[in-house]
Amino acid sequence: MRDSTGRVRTVLLLGGRSEIGLAVVERLVRDGAREVVLAARGGAADPPGTLAALGATLHSVDFDAALPDTHTATVAEAVSLVGDLDVVVDAFGVLGEQSEYEADPAAAARAAAVNYTGHVSAGLAVAARLREQGHGALVVLSSVAGVRVRRFNFVYGSAKAGLDGFAQGLADSLHGSGARVLVVRPGYVPTRMSAHVAPAPFPATPGQVAEAVRSGLRSGATTVWVPRVLGPLFTGMRLLPRPLWRRLNR
Amino acid sequence: MKRRQRERTLLLTGWGRTAPTAARVVRPRTAEQVAEALAAAGPRGAIARGLGRSYGDAAQAAGGLVLDCTGLTGPIRLDTERGEVTAPAGTSTGRLIDHLLERGWFVPVTPGTRHVTLGGAIAADVHGKNHHADSSLGAHLRSLTVAVPAGGVRRVGPDGDGADLFWATVGGMGLTGVVTEATLSVLPVETAHMKVDTDRTASLERSLELMSADSGHPYSVCWVDLLAKGAAMGRGVLTRAHHARVADLPPPLRRAPLRHRAAALPAAPPEMPFGLLNRWSVGAFNTAYFSAAPRRRRSEVRPAASFFHPLDAVRNWNRLYGPRGLVQYQFVLPLGAEDTLAAVMEGLSRAGAPSFLAVLKRMGESVPAPLSFPRPGWTLAVDLPAGLPGLGPLLRGFDEMLLAAGGRLYLAKDSRTDAATVRAMYPELPAWQRVRERVDPDGVLVSDLARRLELVRP
Repeated sequence: MRDSTGRVRTVLLLGGRSEIGLAVVERLVRDGAREVVLAARGGAADPPGTLAALGATLHSVDFDAALPDTHTATVAEAVSLVGDLDVVVDAFGVLGEQSEYEADPAAAARAAAVNYTGHVSAGLAVAARLREQGHGALVVLSSVAGVRVRRFNFVYGSAKAGLDGFAQGLADSLHGSGARVLVVRPGYVPTRMSAHVAPAPFPATPGQVAEAVRSGLRSGATTVWVPRVLGPLFTGMRLLPRPLWRRLNR
Repeated sequence: MKRRQRERTLLLTGWGRTAPTAARVVRPRTAEQVAEALAAAGPRGAIARGLGRSYGDAAQAAGGLVLDCTGLTGPIRLDTERGEVTAPAGTSTGRLIDHLLERGWFVPVTPGTRHVTLGGAIAADVHGKNHHADSSLGAHLRSLTVAVPAGGVRRVGPDGDGADLFWATVGGMGLTGVVTEATLSVLPVETAHMKVDTDRTASLERSLELMSADSGHPYSVCWVDLLAKGAAMGRGVLTRAHHARVADLPPPLRRAPLRHRAAALPAAPPEMPFGLLNRWSVGAFNTAYFSAAPRRRRSEVRPAASFFHPLDAVRNWNRLYGPRGLVQYQFVLPLGAEDTLAAVMEGLSRAGAPSFLAVLKRMGESVPAPLSFPRPGWTLAVDLPAGLPGLGPLLRGFDEMLLAAGGRLYLAKDSRTDAATVRAMYPELPAWQRVRERVDPDGVLVSDLARRLELVRP
């Protein structure tokens, strides 16, 4: 259960090797979370030592984003390990090279399946559980890439656009159920996953994303932008004329 | 054929308006309907709820069934011969007081609000301004009728058969059964007024000193200004009172000495986008309140309603804390632990915690109920905005100080401590759990509080 100061007991991380996801989990553990389930393909083999050192008990479950038929069972397994899920962090995803996707359409579709439809099945499985338990929060790692899709990463961006819309709809469907969804829209975050991408303005660290998630969970926000300036910035970018937008994005 | 009780799904919180969870809610009107609802609770369990004045998550059951017990009403039966009253558990303290006062009687214990049900008051084993003299509500209960999951409706008293269920239910946070009716002793009074002595105290030492010597007054409480710094830390306004006799009243009041009316001011606005209570507004309020109080006044006659329930005058005052809600931190420390008391108060003062409701009082004898809160010593209750930065770590630090000094937290107020702390503060918890497992072997009764603090098996 979440307490009145925002402390939670249990956290499930979907995408158990995600750097941003792990930063969010670490933040919640520092605030008092005690049971952590890391869900990753083949289980989270090598979880970071910091979480255990901070006093959390770590559990690992097998989770394959590309196998939607297994997602309900993954959520059930997490529940059997730790009980009610107070916070679920939905952080899995892949970020390939746009040029390679354009050369290999099947690979592009597989990436889109992980980045979008995998979240549909996982998100709905989590939502069903949160609805049943009458409380809990689902944190969805979206991206500014989905706010207005850009020429240079439109395979990734379009999947994030789908995910973002899905998460907002899911949030509305959960209204009044005791459960809620927090949509997180970071900009460029330098991590292993984004190492091949050219840096963009207004970068954020995984720690900043984690801090934003924490305060969003406490304030009852529905959406957080990291850094915050990206909110008004992208609202403006959505209004730019197409020819200008195309040129801005190489 | 029995008609199924109508269910609604609602988001519920306590009076602090933090951590809402959803549950199906039914409103039983009889003990039989309570038993039926418990039998059909479902896998996420059930808990009783009264008027929702517990500050935290004691009267909500996420994903489960909540029994709104305010429908358990009916005639109040006063037995003047035996000096006791029997009332359905959904009767509010306010209604009970209204009924009794006009007949020349008063409740043995009233908490700081009239808006609590009798059932809720028993589940929290509430105390009032007379705890130092008269103990908690449990000490005045003659019998209880309780619907338990393991089988029907039982009538139990403080002695003999069923005494363990009785004492497990007193202060048991609704986790041993649903109280449907109770009989309690009542106090004869001549008037609906109080004879009040007021003293402004310049420091914590002075407040404690005056309260240590207040054995002559059945009622006493000290409002404390926690935003005052330095030597003024712990300054307060101490009020002590007796029930007034007819001879104490000014002549105009003597014609109808038992007439009384609950106070009412405008309610707080329904939705506040932000809290009105912050360090500056509360600091100004505290200074004004302190300065307006008389330095020393004796034998002032005041209506019982305004003496016992001043905050009830502002309906929904909890909304003044804004959408993030409020946390009430209430603890008791044994006599001799005054240093810890002062250290916690200094900690609050240093943190600039804007509390306009900080109440200090001496507690007397406890009752033999394993989860009943009061213990002889000092209790402090402090309201704090839930969104106060650093509140969690601040209060966890206080928890540790309390543990080291033999203090404990009040479950009816708690919304944020943890299981290990409560286990250490309530050493009789295992004994209580054994009674509970007998009357609720399948673990039907469960609340968010019980889950959070692991009072029951998961």
